[in-house]
Amino acid sequence: MSLLDVQGLSIRTEDGRELVADLSFSLDAGERVGLIGESGSGKSLTTLAVMGLLPPGMTASGSIVLDAPGLPRTEVLGARERRLLELRGRAATVVFQEPLTALDPLMRVGQQVAEPLRRVKRLRGAALRQAVRDALAQVLPDPDRIARAFPHEISGGQRQRVAIAMALACDPALLIADEPTTALDVTVQEEILELLSTQVAERGMALLFVSHDLAVVSAVTERVLVLRHGQLVEEGGVEQIVHSPTHAYTRELVGSARQLESALERTAKR
Amino acid sequence: MSTTPLAGPAPSDEAVGTALLEACEVGFAYRGAGSPVLHDISLSLLPGRSLALVGESGTGKTTLLRLLLGLTAPTSGRILFEGEPLALGDRTRMRAFRRSVQAVFQDPYSSLDPRARVRAIVSEPLRSLGLAPAGRAGTRDPRVAAALESVGLPAEAADRYPHEFSGGQRQRIAIARAVVCDPRVLLADEPVSALDVTTRVRIVDLLAELKEQQGLTIAMVSHDLSVVAALCEQTAVLEHGRIVEQGDTGDVLSAPTHPYTRRLVASVPRLPAPRPAS
Repeated sequence: MSLLDVQGLSIRTEDGRELVADLSFSLDAGERVGLIGESGSGKSLTTLAVMGLLPPGMTASGSIVLDAPGLPRTEVLGARERRLLELRGRAATVVFQEPLTALDPLMRVGQQVAEPLRRVKRLRGAALRQAVRDALAQVLPDPDRIARAFPHEISGGQRQRVAIAMALACDPALLIADEPTTALDVTVQEEILELLSTQVAERGMALLFVSHDLAVVSAVTERVLVLRHGQLVEEGGVEQIVHSPTHAYTRELVGSARQLESALERTAKR
Repeated sequence: MSTTPLAGPAPSDEAVGTALLEACEVGFAYRGAGSPVLHDISLSLLPGRSLALVGESGTGKTTLLRLLLGLTAPTSGRILFEGEPLALGDRTRMRAFRRSVQAVFQDPYSSLDPRARVRAIVSEPLRSLGLAPAGRAGTRDPRVAAALESVGLPAEAADRYPHEFSGGQRQRIAIARAVVCDPRVLLADEPVSALDVTTRVRIVDLLAELKEQQGLTIAMVSHDLSVVAALCEQTAVLEHGRIVEQGDTGDVLSAPTHPYTRRLVASVPRLPAPRPAS
């Protein structure tokens, strides 16, 4: 049984435009899959639909089934908010692109990390404080100082680490990372990719990594779904997609990435 | 999709003239802020030798670009344009400066007036620099159509509004506005980082073409080393408001000497290596 099974997913706006069309894919426990596409390809909407977080006015049809160990198998589409709350953080969780908007600016970092632990694991008092410390210690040195800080007092890379700590706090079966490094400097990006890879491997979590950057996706995933204008145009192993793409759009995507990379190679080797 | 490979930087040993733009021991501190954001910056932009400013966010790259654009005066040191200090208070001289030095910004969604037609947007420099013939407000100027053509947009684009265009096309409009007055220097702040990769390649191609055909020299802030490699002959690396390394892009990227530059080069994500056959 797949951990996540999406069948015939379509997402429409209020005025009937179809932004995601008949999308089907599945993800097994512990599998690392990349969802790649350019702006407007529907990749972020797809992840929001999986979390049951589609913005008001959007309607989804088809089926999204989450089947995480220890939790009831759930059809996300049409599920009650209460049921979804049980799933979020444990069955699946998400790290967004911009950690500054994902964190509450008026709340100390420690309190924010405590929230999912309190809600899902029902921890209180000293046990909660210890769990917050442990969660932060897994992603950062100096967890005590970070816990006391407000989001604006720490760097962008540290904020994304905090967002990852919050996402991992309740041991989710599936981590969805939606362009988690796009807003970061390239040196910080490398550290965050490393952190995600390590955490995913150690915990045997499944990863759905959403990005427009083929090189980044290929660094952390083993299988890739290529999305264009809301449609799945190609699916395959990272090596296969990068070395022998079959769809014209995938070829263009790979060609562009290669073109930029070869400019760098040529210059750096001169 | 363009099939031409991205133009590599020109060889470094060609003769160059005097600097178009120069920063001499420039320092800058925001008013009220304790420590300066830029320290002792010296660099020159030579004709035909496009320059990349590379470094982490918060390191002062954009501030430096603003100083070079004459939008802000340095706290210490001087900015020279063709050997003369910039006179921010002198309207006539600043007009001449603006005609030669134009800018393109990162976000093509916020840098174009949504209520203006493309014709009015692209002709704006002609009006504000007094280059438009009297009474015609510049909008029917043939230079507008020529600028649109040079960035690969049809002449009909002039009658439409920014929201009718995609991000890449909007960046083309912003570039058309920058080149309409035939400047010598284009200062660009992350000109392609908001764009998708396929669009990014096309805009990089366009900028390379403008360098070649219109003799533009580019000074560009970028965190993307492949874009830097494709467009800039020179690279200056900034860390904490100081230049830690500068020189030929080829040298900086192939034999980085400063630890930060080494880390930067090493952390560029790469595709899995191509198979020998391909």
